[in-house]
Amino acid sequence: MDKMPKWADVILTPLISLILAMGISALVILAIGESPWMALTTMVEGALGSSYGWGFTLYYATNFIFTGLAVMVAYHAALFNIGGEGQAAMGGLGVALVLLYLPLPHWALALPVAMLGAAAFGAAWAFIPAWLQAKRGSHIVITTIMFNFIAAAVLSYVLVNLLRPVGSMDPASARFPAETALPRLSELAASVGIAWGRNTPVNITFLVAVLACVLVWLLIWRTRLGYEIRALGKSERGAVYAGISPVRITIVAMLISGGLAGMMAINNVMGESGRLVLNAVEGAGFIGIAVALMGRNHPFGIFLAALLFGFLYQGGGELALWTSIPRELIVVIQALVILFTGALDNMVRMPLERLFLALRRNGGQAR
Amino acid sequence: MKLADSLTAILILAICQIWLIADQSAAMQGINSAIRLMTPLLLACLAGLYSERAGVFDIGLEGKMLMAAFTAASVAFVTGSAWLGLIAGIAGAMAMSLVHGVASITFRGNQLISGVALNFLAAGLTVLIGQNAFSLGGRTPPLQGDARFQPITLPFAPELREVPLIGPLYSQLLSGHTILVYVALLAVPVTWWVLFRTRFGLRLRAVGENPASVDTAGISVTRLRFTAVMICGLLTGIAGAYLATGLSAGFVKDMTAGRGFIALAALIFAKWRPWQALFATFLFGLLEAIANLYPNLDLGLFTVPSQFMNALPYILTVIILAGFVGRAIPPRAGGEPYVKER
Repeated sequence: MDKMPKWADVILTPLISLILAMGISALVILAIGESPWMALTTMVEGALGSSYGWGFTLYYATNFIFTGLAVMVAYHAALFNIGGEGQAAMGGLGVALVLLYLPLPHWALALPVAMLGAAAFGAAWAFIPAWLQAKRGSHIVITTIMFNFIAAAVLSYVLVNLLRPVGSMDPASARFPAETALPRLSELAASVGIAWGRNTPVNITFLVAVLACVLVWLLIWRTRLGYEIRALGKSERGAVYAGISPVRITIVAMLISGGLAGMMAINNVMGESGRLVLNAVEGAGFIGIAVALMGRNHPFGIFLAALLFGFLYQGGGELALWTSIPRELIVVIQALVILFTGALDNMVRMPLERLFLALRRNGGQAR
Repeated sequence: MKLADSLTAILILAICQIWLIADQSAAMQGINSAIRLMTPLLLACLAGLYSERAGVFDIGLEGKMLMAAFTAASVAFVTGSAWLGLIAGIAGAMAMSLVHGVASITFRGNQLISGVALNFLAAGLTVLIGQNAFSLGGRTPPLQGDARFQPITLPFAPELREVPLIGPLYSQLLSGHTILVYVALLAVPVTWWVLFRTRFGLRLRAVGENPASVDTAGISVTRLRFTAVMICGLLTGIAGAYLATGLSAGFVKDMTAGRGFIALAALIFAKWRPWQALFATFLFGLLEAIANLYPNLDLGLFTVPSQFMNALPYILTVIILAGFVGRAIPPRAGGEPYVKER
């Protein structure tokens, strides 16, 4: 019998972890002589108070949905993919190559092709660590960390030496053709006569991200492959006994994971900047870890957690703009969320379990 | 010596030899700088060695070093004493270690996730507090005079200068570094002795391989692992203090710049052994020095871009991890929280 009801596990533990993280962040803000309440209202006002704020919040959330889903798929196979950062960076390279060298007359055609390019490059970058884990037993956490750094070096080399237009000084590719620019949600809203989110980068990729949530849910809980991934994650020996090949599932799960991380590039590279710049990912790959942990490795939870982090990101930017609190406050909150939901999970869970056991025992006596 | 170890040694000697023939004064300068660049890597690598040999994985070396660099630079600036800065650096890193210990030993949480969290915590807190305290965008003011560790000349260095072979090696390369460089070099034999010649070291290694056996012998697994994690904090503290008060003059945002991960790579490269850690970190320091001195290294037939040099430690580590050149096998109980049987 479970020690506590499912709703408590799914809702209560992440909520308490979040409250703990927020509480400690508030103490940090107090310690540097600022008011936590003022910080919170500034963040809410800046991120959710206007359609402009929402536009940025949703843009960031789109990135985090992809990287969160990437961490989640690997996690269900008991693999900790912290290479989302490198995979998303390589995805950006895939998008840039597709858009710069293939003649694509319209965004509706460019989008699926760019998605393929992004996913293929992200997946390819995840393949070597996956293969090394499956075949040679090299620890995937270490190899994916190494591959993050190698990706940064590759990207820096490609941008400085190969993709940089002649005469340009900054390490960035040429602009993508204008006809491949993705429609912004603000333009879609304007076309039906609603003034919403002018000058915000949120684009049609947000809808792709929502679709990806649904598809990943179907994949993990409604397909044979998803069953095999979960089986491997629960018990490798059990999976082998059931005729599942750990090598195949490890590699396939990591390919899907890398592909999802890479797909983030259609949002930031294709949708927002319109060219490939250095360090385009800006840590979104790592935030995916926090998002997946917070979202309890479920697509719906990841959607909500990505919104939360989108809010924190945009709110943090506003905070840096209007107060003397730097936006690194968000990094602290992110760290605390990872710490409490990931590493100190038992600290929250054990007292809760005890509480529910005690409640159940009392309930049993009353009846 | 195994194949991989001799390969590392041959690689180091070959690089130094070719460099000396090509351009002697630049090579002496480069090797000198390699020793300085090696120091934080070596200290962090040995720090990870204690922790991981005791069965506690630590991918938070980066964060601990960063926190230590910040506390060390801040206290050194305020007090004007590099030594007080060092103590503050050690305290900062040990506080981080304590969190890691509580999360991964006491609450049996995921050690890797805890490490990731600590890296972000350091990245955020250092800038947040630094901006609040000094208003320089997360930097500390530049350190001068006694607030930095100054180079020291080893005894007889000037006298031995003219002796062939030993003279340049001793007077020019080994002498003239800050005290923390020698602390790092000394930490290698000390670590070897502690791990392989003392009872504490035997128990520490045992707890990383088979904690149940240590528990059966009536020794507290929790206590041993906490000790290892705190030693890790001590050494990363010295590493961070060296970064901010020895290698450079003050703290800059994200100044560790991946060194914690290179140290982690060196640890795998060295297969969790102290002397090999010295070789591995020196090799990586050498690569960094070359990348710094020659942004585009022209080898005649082709040019090696600096990006490749910077990525080389990671590439070499992946090759080692792949097990094609000497397999790297981590301590068996690494990453596993120990649950005492009830």
